Amino acid sequence: MDVEAAKLVGAGLAAIGAGMAAIGVGNVFGSFLESALRNPGAADGQQGRLFIGFAAAALLGLLAFVVAMILIFVA
Amino acid sequence: MAAEPAKVDPMYQFTIEPLFGSANWEIAGFNIAFTNSAMWMLITTVVLGIFVWGGMKRELVPGRWQMAVETFTGFVENMLEANIGKAGRKYVPYVFSLFMFILFANILGLLPLGIVGLHPFTFTSHFTITGVLAAISFSIVLIVGFWKHGFHFFSLFVPHGTPLPMIPAIFLIELVSFAVRPFSLALRLFVAMMAGHVLLEVLSSFVIDGTNAGAHFGLLVGLPSFLLMIGICALEILVAGIQAYVFALLTSLYINDAENLH
Repeated sequence: MDVEAAKLVGAGLAAIGAGMAAIGVGNVFGSFLESALRNPGAADGQQGRLFIGFAAAALLGLLAFVVAMILIFVA
Repeated sequence: MAAEPAKVDPMYQFTIEPLFGSANWEIAGFNIAFTNSAMWMLITTVVLGIFVWGGMKRELVPGRWQMAVETFTGFVENMLEANIGKAGRKYVPYVFSLFMFILFANILGLLPLGIVGLHPFTFTSHFTITGVLAAISFSIVLIVGFWKHGFHFFSLFVPHGTPLPMIPAIFLIELVSFAVRPFSLALRLFVAMMAGHVLLEVLSSFVIDGTNAGAHFGLLVGLPSFLLMIGICALEILVAGIQAYVFALLTSLYINDAENLH
């Protein structure tokens, strides 16, 4: 397999990371919604932390996109 | 697929083009040509200026425009006070500017304008721009931290009550995770914006290639892709707002680390 093809296959495999990012982000919002329905009064105060959690999960998943971009355009 | 239909390159929308040529624009060997990225930053600033100016009426019972501007300023003030405390008030101008600039940049890049050769350009989809914004935020964190606490600032990296043998390892880990912060800030915004626009462009290439291949493919492939584009655009508007908010929120959290060590 030549280098170009291997790079593109690797970039395609990096999309698995994007799927795991989706699971992670869904986990964050799902936990928030579940506990917000149990205790709605406390939900509004925790919205900031919800978005911090989302940002962290989204960033780590987007690193997979960065790997794919490096494989396609840089290396 | 024949080679005749135009190939849609999803990355072409991110090219930075000098608007008036790059021949005579130089200061000290650095090219300072006025690019489309710079033009959209100018447009964003003008739109933001008009928006804020329209809300400066100081009516006791605010009209809608004034209410909108006050909602944004109140939102940023509350966020800073919740995250930093009373000392947060002096960062409101910076964080408000940062938040509104990124928000307007992201949203103006989603405008459905399209004339051949002219298209809205999301300048926050370039790592150079988001890198500079993150560098400014991080510099403020470092300057405030060292100005206020001197070398005691390094106690930020050793949490209270760490057992003595673990201190070197914990210090290094915390130092690295602190140093990664500006990169993560810049990377998050940049990748979110770029990925969204690449996705929209790829879907639009489906629509174009589908309709070019005939009426059957146009309905089978083009129409669902177009509907998906509409949905993704709605998601992109949400992501535009969320990414601007997350950038400002994390900036205020990092400033809190500098102001009140823990």
